[in-house]
Amino acid sequence: MSLLHLAVLSPLLLALLIPFLHKHFRNIHTGWFLLPLPAVLFGYFLQFISVTRHGDTVMESLPWISSLGIDFSLKIDGLGLLFALLITGIGALVVLYSIYYLSPEKEKLNTFYIYLLLFMGAMLGVVLSDNLIVLYSFWELTSFSSFLLIGYWNHKERSRYGAQKSMLITVFGGLSMLGGILLLYIITGTFSISETIAMSNEVVNHPLFTATLILFLLGAFTKSAQFPFHIWLPDAMEAPTPVSAYLHSATMVKAGIYLVARMTPVFAHSGTWVWLVAGIGVITLFWGSFSAVKQTDLKAILAFSTVSQLGMIMSLLGIGAAALHYGTIKDGYYIVAVTAAVFHLINHATFKGSLFMVTGIIDHETGTRDIRKLGGLMNFMPITFTLAIIGTFSMAGVPPFNGFLSKEMFFTGMLRVAEMDIFSLETWGILFPVIAWSASVFTFLYSMIYVFKTFTGKYQPEKLEKKPHEAPIGMLVSPVILASLVIIFGIFPNVLSHNIISPAMGSILPSLLADGESFDVHISHWHGFSPELFMTLGVIVLGLLLFKTLSKWTGIYRIFPERLSLNHLYDGGLEMIEVASRNITKTYMNGFIRTYLVYIFSFLIFILATTMIYKDAFKLDFSNVAPIRFFEVVLVLIMAVSAITILFAKSRLTSIILLGAVGYTVALFFVIFRAPDLALTQLVIETVSVALFLLAFYHLPQIRRNEERIRFKLTNALISIGVGAIVTLIALSSHSNKMFDSISQYYVENTYKKAGGENMVNVILVDFRGFDTMFEITVLGIAALGIFAMIKLRMTRGKEQE
Amino acid sequence: MFDTVLWISVTFLSLAMIGLIYRVIKGPTVADRVVALDAIGISLVSVVALVSILLDTNAFLDIILLIGILAFIGTVAFSKFLEKGVIMEYDRNGDR
Repeated sequence: MSLLHLAVLSPLLLALLIPFLHKHFRNIHTGWFLLPLPAVLFGYFLQFISVTRHGDTVMESLPWISSLGIDFSLKIDGLGLLFALLITGIGALVVLYSIYYLSPEKEKLNTFYIYLLLFMGAMLGVVLSDNLIVLYSFWELTSFSSFLLIGYWNHKERSRYGAQKSMLITVFGGLSMLGGILLLYIITGTFSISETIAMSNEVVNHPLFTATLILFLLGAFTKSAQFPFHIWLPDAMEAPTPVSAYLHSATMVKAGIYLVARMTPVFAHSGTWVWLVAGIGVITLFWGSFSAVKQTDLKAILAFSTVSQLGMIMSLLGIGAAALHYGTIKDGYYIVAVTAAVFHLINHATFKGSLFMVTGIIDHETGTRDIRKLGGLMNFMPITFTLAIIGTFSMAGVPPFNGFLSKEMFFTGMLRVAEMDIFSLETWGILFPVIAWSASVFTFLYSMIYVFKTFTGKYQPEKLEKKPHEAPIGMLVSPVILASLVIIFGIFPNVLSHNIISPAMGSILPSLLADGESFDVHISHWHGFSPELFMTLGVIVLGLLLFKTLSKWTGIYRIFPERLSLNHLYDGGLEMIEVASRNITKTYMNGFIRTYLVYIFSFLIFILATTMIYKDAFKLDFSNVAPIRFFEVVLVLIMAVSAITILFAKSRLTSIILLGAVGYTVALFFVIFRAPDLALTQLVIETVSVALFLLAFYHLPQIRRNEERIRFKLTNALISIGVGAIVTLIALSSHSNKMFDSISQYYVENTYKKAGGENMVNVILVDFRGFDTMFEITVLGIAALGIFAMIKLRMTRGKEQE
Repeated sequence: MFDTVLWISVTFLSLAMIGLIYRVIKGPTVADRVVALDAIGISLVSVVALVSILLDTNAFLDIILLIGILAFIGTVAFSKFLEKGVIMEYDRNGDR
């Protein structure tokens, strides 16, 4: 076990200690025990920058299930490190924030921090695993811990609903991804990501390629809340705000982004990948930003905004994948999309994290998150207002914040799509910049709504539960740090470019790099009067215009009927599945044993007949049959007549007597086929069972003792005739198909010689195959005890009288 | 020759049993059926005896005795059932 393994597993190990710490240090907020861990991990991961910036990687492996090719192998490269830094860095800030946000008296802190640590460890595992199965395990652990965190206030119905919804959707995606992993394993024969990347050419040409790709994308899209799977994210906002900030903006929802980025070298050579990732990303981008405008809850705005921004990163990754086809980095003309994706990934984590914390502060200090009740908070909460301004303006893409830079690069990437001449991008590619631009207008719009509807306008004290005031300093530390990062990255973007962005790009597009080469990333604020600049200006102008006239056109949101919304579809679908499956179950599970017997027997006929026909197994061979004697014919006649008469008997007594007659005739058959022991036993048993039948018959209740014939049912008749026919046919065929002689000669020779008996049947029963006899004795014992227990044990007797 | 005679006997017995089965099926009362069944049992004794002569074995002699006992027990049980409605009376002390 290396230090790196310990680093990944340390959150899980600390989670074990949390209950003890919580119990024994009651007066200290449990979060303080947590805080050092992500901070230390952050420091630990920082030192890897010196490794990855030269394109090197660190690989550590720990045997787990080596026989199946599953090893706990961890790899640090540019991409993994970027995510690890995000997870630990924002993790530390979120823990700090939650210490002030959650009250130790009212909340169950131990469970909260255990879930959070589980999540942190799982997320580190996802981004650093080099083994797909390990990645999947951690992936499911993130779904699971996210489920627990969303449902943290489990007394609230909405929390449980949101938790269930996110669980269903992300686990659906997770399982799809497992399918993809297994298909990939079939193709490549390895679970290792690095080896898979090396074999990408074989993967692309394999017939299973498209299925694998779609399954992987299902996993990524559900996790990263891409259209149409984004619906769980807004409902996940029922979680405590630190959770929303951490999981649902900065880390977990980026696991899908991570997966797409990680798998780009494997899949990106196909047009399907480029179109799906970029197309779905752009749709999500537009739909998310469009839907965010109509929200009235601050967290819902941020949730849809997260959806939208994730779509943006996703589309950039898709377009960046197309760059692989140009095979050169010299001009860096097309790979700008990947740069933008990585850069925006960082930016989004910073400003969205801070915005969620700001929302939490507003909620905490006013008692509401409803935008219609808020207003004019600027004077009460100046610091929070400043933070909100920084966050939203960065989100909207206004200089000098970092969002501006990534948005410019986003436009650049989108504009260059239209120039590409592969995968029919030259015809439809023009849609990308158009949609992207209109989505940016809406992004600008909801950013403005977020900040100005909350902090400016009329102060409405009568609608607020508390008198608003500035948050405590501890709560402000984390958003202040994040907001300063927004500004620092905005003004000095090149701090990141060589240390983080370039190595991450190296992991996404490794095939473009020769040995020792690295991407030359240079981000600058000012690059002349380019089309991108005018696009940004257009966004700002149109966005402001729309914001001013907001009340006049919001009616368009009511045009789209609620009935057709995806949430309605999900709820209705879930209900429909339940109702339909209940109804289907009701139709065939009707509680009648008769019906089940019909199923069993018809299936028996079906299976056996199909097999016989399919295998052409029916064969009649009379070469070694014994001659039929008249006496046997008579016996058969007696038996058949008795058996058939049972069906038409009017009284039960007649049936029992006839059944006895059948039994005795069988005994007679045993006699003429020379089986004295069988005949003896059969006679005794038959007598006893006839007596038992009489007993049962006597105890039938008086009321429903209508002695009538069995009613005729055509299905039953057909099925019984079918079963009889099929069994007869099989018996005849199996007799005609004798493959080898029986082993009975051995018994004939050795019954006396080896076992010292003359009765061969009995010797077989107690000597050669005594084990069967032993357990048949057991069966009889159990039956006797069971009968005794059933007669004697009357546990409901007392209750019935009450 | 001897075998033929035996076979003829078995055949006649079988025909007799068919007749008895007819009575079992037809009825009309339960008592008719029970008596017919008892007679079938006794015919079985004869059939088994004849068959064991035919097969030249004494392995079936137990069966003859057993059928005798069972036919008796069975008939008695049926009779008791018809008369009293029960086969075995639970009331060992005779209090009821």
